[in-house]
Amino acid sequence: MTSELLLIATLDGIAYAALVFIVSVGLTLIFGVLRVLNVAHGSLYAVGAYVAASFGLGIAAAKISPWLSYPALAVAAAIVGIVLGSAIERLLLQRIYDKEEVLQLLATFAVFMILDDVQRLIWGVQPYFVATPLQLLGNVQIGSITYTAYQIILLPAVAVVVLVGLRLYLRHATSGKVILAVAEDREAARAIGINVSRVYLTTFIIGAILAALGGSLASPTTSILPGMGTDMLVLSFAVAASAGLGRIEGAAITALLIGLGRSIAVYWAPELDILVPYLIMTLVLLVRPQGLFSSFQSRRI
Amino acid sequence: MSKLGVLAATAAFLGMTSFCLAADKPPEIKIGITTFLSGPASVFGVPGKASAELIVDEWNKQGGLAGVPVKLFFVDEGAGTQTMIAEYRRLVQEEKVDAMLASISSGNCQVVAPLAEDLKVLNYMWDCSTQRIFEEGKYRYVYRPQSYATPEMLSTVLYMLRKKPDLKTIAVVNQDYAWGRDSWQMFSTALKALKPDVKAVAELFPKFGAPDYSTEISRLQALRPDVVLSTAWGGDLDTFVRQASQRGLMRQSLFVLPLVESSLERLGADLPEGVIVGGRGDNYFLNPEYKDKPDFKAFVEAFHKKTNAYPIYPVFHMAQTLFALRNAYEKAMAANGGQWPSPEQVADATKGITTEAYSRPITIREDGQGLADQLLGVSKRDPKYSFAVIDDMAVYPADKVSTPVGKHSADWLKTLDPSILDIKVATFKHQM
Amino acid sequence: MSWRGLGGLVLAALILAAVGYWLPWTRTLLIIAMSKGLAALGIIVLLRAGQVSFGHAMFFAASAYAAGFVSRALGGTDIAVMLIVGVVAAAALSAVVGLFVVRYRQIFFGMLNLALSMVLYSILEKFFEITGGSDGLRMRRPSMFGLVLDRNDFDLALVFLSIGFALLATVGVLVYFASPLGQALRAIKSNETRLEYIGVSARSVLLISYVISAVTGAVGGVLLAALQELASPSFSYWIQSGEFVFIAILGGAAHPIGAFAGALVYEGVQIYASAFATDVWELILGLVIVGIILFAPRGLVGLAYETFAGRARKAPADDSGAIYDVAPAAGEQRQ
Repeated sequence: MTSELLLIATLDGIAYAALVFIVSVGLTLIFGVLRVLNVAHGSLYAVGAYVAASFGLGIAAAKISPWLSYPALAVAAAIVGIVLGSAIERLLLQRIYDKEEVLQLLATFAVFMILDDVQRLIWGVQPYFVATPLQLLGNVQIGSITYTAYQIILLPAVAVVVLVGLRLYLRHATSGKVILAVAEDREAARAIGINVSRVYLTTFIIGAILAALGGSLASPTTSILPGMGTDMLVLSFAVAASAGLGRIEGAAITALLIGLGRSIAVYWAPELDILVPYLIMTLVLLVRPQGLFSSFQSRRI
Repeated sequence: MSKLGVLAATAAFLGMTSFCLAADKPPEIKIGITTFLSGPASVFGVPGKASAELIVDEWNKQGGLAGVPVKLFFVDEGAGTQTMIAEYRRLVQEEKVDAMLASISSGNCQVVAPLAEDLKVLNYMWDCSTQRIFEEGKYRYVYRPQSYATPEMLSTVLYMLRKKPDLKTIAVVNQDYAWGRDSWQMFSTALKALKPDVKAVAELFPKFGAPDYSTEISRLQALRPDVVLSTAWGGDLDTFVRQASQRGLMRQSLFVLPLVESSLERLGADLPEGVIVGGRGDNYFLNPEYKDKPDFKAFVEAFHKKTNAYPIYPVFHMAQTLFALRNAYEKAMAANGGQWPSPEQVADATKGITTEAYSRPITIREDGQGLADQLLGVSKRDPKYSFAVIDDMAVYPADKVSTPVGKHSADWLKTLDPSILDIKVATFKHQM
Repeated sequence: MSWRGLGGLVLAALILAAVGYWLPWTRTLLIIAMSKGLAALGIIVLLRAGQVSFGHAMFFAASAYAAGFVSRALGGTDIAVMLIVGVVAAAALSAVVGLFVVRYRQIFFGMLNLALSMVLYSILEKFFEITGGSDGLRMRRPSMFGLVLDRNDFDLALVFLSIGFALLATVGVLVYFASPLGQALRAIKSNETRLEYIGVSARSVLLISYVISAVTGAVGGVLLAALQELASPSFSYWIQSGEFVFIAILGGAAHPIGAFAGALVYEGVQIYASAFATDVWELILGLVIVGIILFAPRGLVGLAYETFAGRARKAPADDSGAIYDVAPAAGEQRQ
């Protein structure tokens, strides 16, 4: 494969990986702390995209400055994350933390199904295409290929900000350290007086905001359709599981791995492009089931 | 009971039964229609539904089809093939519809055709294009009163070669399902027969409903083909054109989009000039031979009033199909001495009918396939419209570009003679 | 299992068969419900060992496609051939996959199954020339044990066949659960190391249950493919796996009949809610399962048991076996 094609594949892979990382880091954070696999993460992604698109349409209709569509993306993510995130955690998750694993999983699956219909009822079933934030930033020429600045510069930049921001927050902010403590040992944390219930809520909201952010950032690049969360969700699982559930920096690396793997496949063997993420996931899980970046967990006797 | 009473009762009973057996007109005709009502293809399927409703409302105002009011049932193809099949069977077996119009998706048609034949229900394929149905099977109950893949692809090749006779490289980006695969096979076979030195530098088949074509566009930018072909339609085509246009790919390569007539209005200014446009038949709301005719104008206006958009080719296909159905009923009734025909009689009557519904007349030949002339052109800006219109039009006669009955398109296209490049076509310019 | 219990199951099967016979419009629903119920039954088997497979759909798909390939190669075939091919294919696949998968527990078991089912999905979806791609693999309507039937008779025969398999599978699984191998499954859930101490290989026990669960799913896959004359890649998609788990819990994971009760409700709501209001069936089912999870984790079967078996049989306060047991009869030892 020529070096030019390799460069192109890398650039395509980075844009794709950035989005997948933002979504999967939320998923892995929620699992790391709450020990719940949040299937509804896919719905939060989709609703984030829809709300961002609605804001975009509103901005266009109100004929105000289109540059407002950038903060609108962030605001959309925040609103969806806070509103839906707290609703899901307080109304449902809070009641099932002590239940069987399969019931917890099914509960989030149920939320996914419910939100899927809610999306259709609110936004209908026709595709939305609101690309203003993408079009405003124009194009970037690299070699003989024209890329959109949005995909090559903005998305990876946001992904890096999310990664660094999370790391700083979790390691240096008090509330962040508290979250890490609860993730490490729930009982011990409770014993020293940490309000575990509130930590759960905070973490879930952060995760939900990240999922919705992924959706709102994705919305200018694609058509928004019912069912757009399903593929992204299982991809996030692939990234999170391969990294090791709960590993944040690891998620960044596996997202990159999977993103690059997929875009290289498109150039080299297009038939295999959707196969690559799951193949990687399978191989990682077979060799290192706890994920690439996890420490080994001892068996409970 | 007295003998006279028994006799009277028997006579009354026999009279009533024969009254029923005399195939009286039913209280209503039920027609089931499958179309895309959700997902990316819904931008294509919902206008088809609107077209059916518009036409049937008109009919019902005047008494219905052959004097019987029509009731429509819609099935969403967007819910997936499994759900569509279940609904189709429910409509036929429970609701007892008189006819089904199915489907848009070529993949669904391939499942529906044998199913309809099995259930013995009349099925008109109102939009799907795959040539395989009638080339790989014989049907009594299944017909296609509109255009299909082979003439569409062949006439596109002919038009493209006329516009760019020196083309060297081509790339294809088609939806990964029956239509995307079959249409490329037809197109490339014809192209190879007529211009063997053309090289296909990329054959990309993104998923049906794929929301993002960034990687495909990057690859095409690197490869720089002379021509980019895409037989995509609906929301998929919209997304592909917008993203390609945004990144300048459409300035680099000549885009050949045989189904983009259905996206013209939605794309607005996003479709540049100079793109080769097709519409699966001679379907176009500014059809040069029909746009000034009163019926046509009335239909376009009524449709615009109902949906706030101009009709696109699925709308015309629906009209062609419904009008053909009506013709078949009338022909069967006439052959039946005015009595209401059985489904078999309507099915058999469909062969050979000619229908003219807002486009050049379409005749259904003995294998069930309709022959529709093909309009192709080039996109052009006209300030009167917020979207591109079609200029430099050529209409290809169906009988010259369709596979002969009994032959497989894949084989017939290999035997094409270069003299086909010189067939006579009617040409038209867009009137500003 | 008592004769009364067996009689009850046979009665239930006969009632369903009668419904299918007299109400032709229920036949599609019954066949689909029995087919998906058979797959959900596999989930119930694995749940007994405390493991959830998020990728069970892969056996559903593998068997349907294997039957389809053979049918295509032979230009049409008999349902018996399709069933045998499907079951053998799924059993072989599950035996091979199982060798790896049974080394894992809990979330890793689930994720690995998910990954493998998505690998299969991707292959089925992309290799258009071989598998028919996203349009699926079409197959001709099979003959029914040598008889070539027309549409209506075929549907009816398929209804009887599906119900028959459901009954057979239910009884089979009950016998399995009562057997030492089946009892050993519970031990994997509660304390696997103890099982090893008494010399039973947990992995072998789990592997056997894995293959059994794949086989029931395989029968379901062939039945659905025969009904639709089509196998599609969605048979292997993660949502299909999720559906199977959903159905198992909805019906009740304590008793195999829960799989079929859950499937009937699930499919019923999906088909008939869609006829009235297109975008509410997921909403309805989602709310129902949340209700089940919060208030009736033993599912519909558990609810029925509590309602009809009387107050004396209500679940004890200790909910450690929450979804896996309906309340034991008086006098039986609780684990």
